[in-house]
Amino acid sequence: MKAPAFAYKKPRSLEEAFELIERPGAKVLAGGQSLIPSLNMRLSAPELLVDITGLPGLSEIRLDRGVVRIGALVTHTQLQNSAEVRTHVPLLAQAVEHIAHPAIRNRGTLGGSVALADPAAEYPACLLALDATVVLYSHSGERLVGAGEFFRGLFETDIKPGEIVAAVEFPALKKDERSVFLELTRRHGDYAIIGLAAHWGADRRFVYLGAGATPVFAARASGAKTLAQARNALKEDLDPPADLYNSSVTKRHLAGVLLERAWNTLSKPH
Amino acid sequence: MEHAVETTLTVNGKQVRRRIEPRMHLVDFLREELGLTGSHIGCEHGVCGACTVRVNGQIVRGCLMLAVQADGCTVETIEGLSDSKELAALQKAFHEKNALQCGFCTPGMLMAAQDLVSHGKKVSRDEIRAHISGNYCRCTGYQAIVDAIEEVIQTEAVRGQG
Repeated sequence: MKAPAFAYKKPRSLEEAFELIERPGAKVLAGGQSLIPSLNMRLSAPELLVDITGLPGLSEIRLDRGVVRIGALVTHTQLQNSAEVRTHVPLLAQAVEHIAHPAIRNRGTLGGSVALADPAAEYPACLLALDATVVLYSHSGERLVGAGEFFRGLFETDIKPGEIVAAVEFPALKKDERSVFLELTRRHGDYAIIGLAAHWGADRRFVYLGAGATPVFAARASGAKTLAQARNALKEDLDPPADLYNSSVTKRHLAGVLLERAWNTLSKPH
Repeated sequence: MEHAVETTLTVNGKQVRRRIEPRMHLVDFLREELGLTGSHIGCEHGVCGACTVRVNGQIVRGCLMLAVQADGCTVETIEGLSDSKELAALQKAFHEKNALQCGFCTPGMLMAAQDLVSHGKKVSRDEIRAHISGNYCRCTGYQAIVDAIEEVIQTEAVRGQG
């Protein structure tokens, strides 16, 4: 189908962008790989699209004092090709391989995926597993929100009117920390049936995607001492909604399969 | 209401300047305004890959980019890559291996395949499959398409060594 009519502005400065996004019916456009399909299917009908891809300073990947700051406009492909990300945020580098297909990865952005908060998306689960911080910009300056508070519900985040996602800050991988990203799909690049972002550092963190309205931190499994206990604990941690093809029971079973694979990978000696 | 935006872009080497309604996506613009009907429209929501074109050297979904977003960009379509002979080896291999039947997916498939070929790396069949996983073909079952792409990549690799 064809998108409904809307106006389009591409601001060149943050001040201009803030003024535009506060107009009634305005919506932020970045890579557009989720927004444009929803326009084409008329699931969304904004009056004004504010294309933020011309804004300066939102496309950098920077390592500074143990924190990797990735600009909101960094595309999946840029992230995939980044040596800093591969070395210091390997979970993200593994996750990006599962995102859609090359032609979509060339346009879709980190900030767009985080702002949309699709429960089947890869990045939000990584943010939660790594305890990342979302950097928001608005007229009144910068606001930092931890991933745990950022994802509030189905496609619902802590972004306030007038704010844009500017960057995400990830703690750089420390010595003796390891992470692994696993996902099950019907075909490469499809939406996940279920996926797992696992991080082992001072404590263990297992975070599932496709398992609820937001990324789901499996608290009991994460605190378990053995694999058997962790798998058993998933029964209490997860109540995944069925999708068109997979029942809740199937998904929970597959969550256990991924847990086992992750556990075995992470507990192997270096 | 009139929202048209003055847009300048380069399409297959020619500069084009038009006033474009923001709601028009890039493939509709190429097909309807410029008559470049080689890029096909299948699903129009980013699933099928039939509309794959190149923008600033990278393949993108033409239905998931607004034409006004291409302001200042260099756009290349199947027509441009075909005329420049960049696709000659792939086109010949697709023909010889029977890698198409109805041909609807072929322009997008060739654009995605050429993206892989142009990386100049030797890749496995699994990697070929992963690279074209965003392009649907409902006729061939992909086997012959993978054969054709594999042949071109192997030939290029041999040529690269020689």
